[in-house]
Amino acid sequence: MQEIIQLKNINFTYTEEDLRPALKDVSFSINKGEWIAIIGPNGSGKSTLAKTINGLVEAKSGEVIIGGTTLSEETVWEIRRKVGMVFQNPDNQFVGSTVQDDIAFGLENIGVPREEMIERVLASVEAVNMTGFIDKEPARLSGGQKQRVAIAGIIALAPDIIILDEATTMLDPKGRREVIETIQRIKKEQNLTVISITHDIDEAAKANRIFVMEAGELKQIGTPEEIFAVGADIIAMGLDIPFPEKLKYQLKRQGLEVPEEYLTEEGMVDWLWTLYSKM
Amino acid sequence: MLDKLLFGRYIQGDSFIHKMDPRAKLIGAFYFIVIIFLANNWETYLAMTLFTFLCVYLSGISLKVFLNGVKPLIWLIAFTVVLQILFTTGGETYFSWGIINITSFGLLNGAFIFMRFVLIIFMSTLLTLTTMPLSLTDAIETLLGPLKKWKMPVHEIALMLSIALRFVPTLMDEATKIMNAQRARGVDFGEGNIIQQMKAVTPILVPLFVSSFNRADELANAMEARGYQGGEGRTKYRQLKWQTRDTISMIGFVVLTALLILLRN
Repeated sequence: MQEIIQLKNINFTYTEEDLRPALKDVSFSINKGEWIAIIGPNGSGKSTLAKTINGLVEAKSGEVIIGGTTLSEETVWEIRRKVGMVFQNPDNQFVGSTVQDDIAFGLENIGVPREEMIERVLASVEAVNMTGFIDKEPARLSGGQKQRVAIAGIIALAPDIIILDEATTMLDPKGRREVIETIQRIKKEQNLTVISITHDIDEAAKANRIFVMEAGELKQIGTPEEIFAVGADIIAMGLDIPFPEKLKYQLKRQGLEVPEEYLTEEGMVDWLWTLYSKM
Repeated sequence: MLDKLLFGRYIQGDSFIHKMDPRAKLIGAFYFIVIIFLANNWETYLAMTLFTFLCVYLSGISLKVFLNGVKPLIWLIAFTVVLQILFTTGGETYFSWGIINITSFGLLNGAFIFMRFVLIIFMSTLLTLTTMPLSLTDAIETLLGPLKKWKMPVHEIALMLSIALRFVPTLMDEATKIMNAQRARGVDFGEGNIIQQMKAVTPILVPLFVSSFNRADELANAMEARGYQGGEGRTKYRQLKWQTRDTISMIGFVVLTALLILLRN
C-alpha cells in the first residue's frame, strides 16, 4: 500500500493567546484509495485538520506530506492541485454564474487550454449526472445539485484526494444519498482517496477507517466495526451511533442477549433471523 | 418590491439581440444613452423611439416586460416631468401663478424628458434582459482591457463584478429570510416615523453584513482550494466572438447618429 497523506505532529492554534489548541499533536497516514471518515463533536478540530491538509491554514509545527511532497510556501499550489475540497455550504462555494462556468473556474485557474477545458467540463458534468443543467444558474438548483456541481468542479481538476468538509450537512436525506453515491462511484472509477468529515454516522459506517477527534486530538483510529463496538464511549462524546447499534442497545434493555461486536444492517438482519429460528 | 426589480435579470432567448456579442450590446447601450441628448425636436425623438422599438422587436421579448421595468421609476419620472412643466418659462404662457408657469416650452420639455427617461430605461433593460451577467462582465473586462497599461486591476474588477452579480439573487433570498425571521420576533417594517423605520432596518442590515463576511470567507477558501491565484496565467472558458450581426448593428447606430444630426434644429 502506498501512503498518500502523512501528517506528523501537527499543532495549530488560531490565535497566539488561545490556550486551547485547535489541533494537538495530530499524526496519521492514509493509504492511496482509502475512504476515511473523520468524526467528532463540533469544535473538535475536524475542519481545521482538513484545511491543514491542503494548506488553507498553516500548522504552527509539524509536517504535512502529500504524495511525497512536503507542504510549504513553495509547494502549496502543487499540493492544492492534488487535493480537491468540497465545502459545507453549497451556495458559498459556487463561484461561476452558471454550472459550466463554475466547473470551468478551477480549470481556468491552472491555465488549461480552452478546447481541453470544454471536454473536461462536459466529462465531469456527465460524471455527476448533471448534463442537462449545464446552463443553469445556482439560484435555480437544489442544494444537492449544487453540491454535485461542486464535486464536478473538483473532479474536472483530476485530484488524487477529495476532502468532503461536511459536504452533506446542509442537504436533505435524498440529496445526501445522491452526493455520497456520486462520490463512491467516482472513487471506484478513478481510484481516489476520500477524506470525509461528517456528522452523518451512516455515511461514516461506509468508510474503510474512521478517525475520531475530540478537543483537537485524534482519539481513535479504527475500522467502523472497532469504533462502533464501543458504542457507549461514542455516545458519551456527543456523537451518534449507527442504526443497528441503536437497535441492539434497545434490545439489550429489553433483556435480550445481543452480540458484543459491531453489526452492519445486513449483519443485524442475519443475526435477528437466526435468533428467531432458535426461539 | 424586490421581485419587480429587473436589474440583473436575464431572459433566455434565441433572438437577433440575444446572439449579439455582449461587447457590441454594451457599447450600443452606452452610445444610445449619449446620443439621446442630441435629440431636441419631435422628429429626432421619433427616430430614437422607432429605433428603440426596432431593437425591442428584434429581441423577441414582449413590450410588457419593458413597461414593467419602467414602473418602479415612474415616480421619479413624474416628479422630474412635473418640475419641468411647472418651472420652464418661454413660448406661449397658458397659466401663471407666482413663479409657477405652464408654458408651451415647458410642456414640450416635459414630454421630451419623459421620452428620454423611457427610452434610456428601455435600452438598458434590453441590455440586461438579453445578456447573461457573466457575458456582461466578460465584455466589461475586454473593453477595459486597454486600461491595464495604466495599472488598472481589470481582471479583479471583472471578477468582483461577476461574483457580485452571481450573489444578487442569493443575498436577496437571504434578506427576505432575515426580514421574515425578524418579523416573527415582532419587528415592524415600514411603520412609524422615519427614525423608527430606519431603526427597524438595523436588525436586517447587521445580520446581512455578518453573513456576507462569512460568505466572503468561505468563498475565498473555496476559490483558493480550487487553485485561484489571481489573474496571472489564467485561461478563459468563455470567448467572445464578433460577428456580422454586430457590425450591422454598429452601422445601425452610425446611421441613427447621422439621422439625428440631420434632423435636429
